[in-house]
Amino acid sequence: MSFFAEPIANLIQEFSKLPGIGPKSAQRLVYYLLRNSNEEAKALAEAILELKEKIRLCSICFNITDCDPCVICQDKERDHSKICVVEKPSDVLPLERTGKYQGMYHVLHGAINPSQGIVPEQLRINELLSRLQDGSVSEVILATNPNMEGETTALYLYRILEPLGIHITRLARGLPFGGELEYADDVTLAQALESRREF
Amino acid sequence: MTSPHTYQAQAIVIKQTKIGEADKVVTLYTLEFGKLKAVAKGACRPGSKLGGNVEPPNYCLVMLAKGRNLDIITQSQTMDGFLKVKGDLWCISCSSYILELVDAFTTEGSPNQPLFELLLDTLKNLSLSNGDETVLRYFELHLLQHLGYRPQLRRCVVCNLPLKPGVNFFSPGQGGALCSGCNHGEFTSHPISIDALKVLRLWQDCDYHTVSRVKMSSKLSSELRLLMQEYITYLLQREVKSMAWLEKLKTGFGVGSDCGVN
Repeated sequence: MSFFAEPIANLIQEFSKLPGIGPKSAQRLVYYLLRNSNEEAKALAEAILELKEKIRLCSICFNITDCDPCVICQDKERDHSKICVVEKPSDVLPLERTGKYQGMYHVLHGAINPSQGIVPEQLRINELLSRLQDGSVSEVILATNPNMEGETTALYLYRILEPLGIHITRLARGLPFGGELEYADDVTLAQALESRREF
Repeated sequence: MTSPHTYQAQAIVIKQTKIGEADKVVTLYTLEFGKLKAVAKGACRPGSKLGGNVEPPNYCLVMLAKGRNLDIITQSQTMDGFLKVKGDLWCISCSSYILELVDAFTTEGSPNQPLFELLLDTLKNLSLSNGDETVLRYFELHLLQHLGYRPQLRRCVVCNLPLKPGVNFFSPGQGGALCSGCNHGEFTSHPISIDALKVLRLWQDCDYHTVSRVKMSSKLSSELRLLMQEYITYLLQREVKSMAWLEKLKTGFGVGSDCGVN
């Protein structure tokens, strides 16, 4: 038997499904919503519905968007000859925040992970190849994560893109700002040395 | 000096899974304690002092603190980052297969020193061999040996008579070779050539240095691959996922370091 009224129990159950939310946190959220005005609860419910109704994938770069093509793909001011390949939609945001990149993106929606059975066919790699067919792209920047899956994906992409004669680059590896040399791991330090540049 | 709440281990990172905002659950194969899972807090952040050290297939020295559920990695120092393996598509895929095998065949809390040494040597040989498939076959055979699944290849597993040159069979279910007279009603068995038997017998009892000098035809190499694949699939009762990826790489790009980027 539940100690809560049915609507409360239902909402607690739904909140508990969210990542990082346990039953206690779900209860706190429900009581917070109960204390709030009806308008605020309605605004939250509408925002969730709107998210599911309006958000889709851009048909060009496969980033999440509310208009197709997305704002970045539509922007005539941006450099359409450069494509930065990332694993997830959430990787686009930090690159945009730098303000240093004015090219286009391509979101793979994952990385090759043989031991989990994730192979290139499950990623948006064929769509990337289609974008490169017309010869308008001069550079592809591989911005996959610097871990085993990201490395495998980058090496695989390099292998299939190399015959197309497109300039392929990767994000530099090295020491993070604010980090200490003493704590750097060998792989990062070795790559930082290899990628050193003129002062 | 270590307190009772902390301990050190030599470890090879088998895999990692992201949890929470920036933490990782890292599966380690350690010399001292066998397979264990531990949490690397903040390892996803670029500035983390653990992040780069707990990447598969690194060989590292870790300090762990006892936790309520999982232990926590407090310090880590990379002993070998296998840079050459990580820079080559074929080698990195082979290492993924090797680590998947170790993860699938081992359970937590059962140390196995020869297995740890085999894993470490195999990763080193992988970077030195330029992607020679012999490394994988040698690893598979010796992994099974260290886990108690050494195939019987000198005598028939049913009648115990020495195998004669000619038609013999290999039975994953019986764990070894069968003579032609005993191969009745055995559904998992299939023929094995005398050359394959000889190579496997040699590999069972010698080190990798000797193994690497054996030159094989592609037909024999293919027979050994299928045989080991079938035996492993039978023991695990499932396919090894990374094997399909290795097959794809071989058919798509040609085997060995040619498919890598250095």
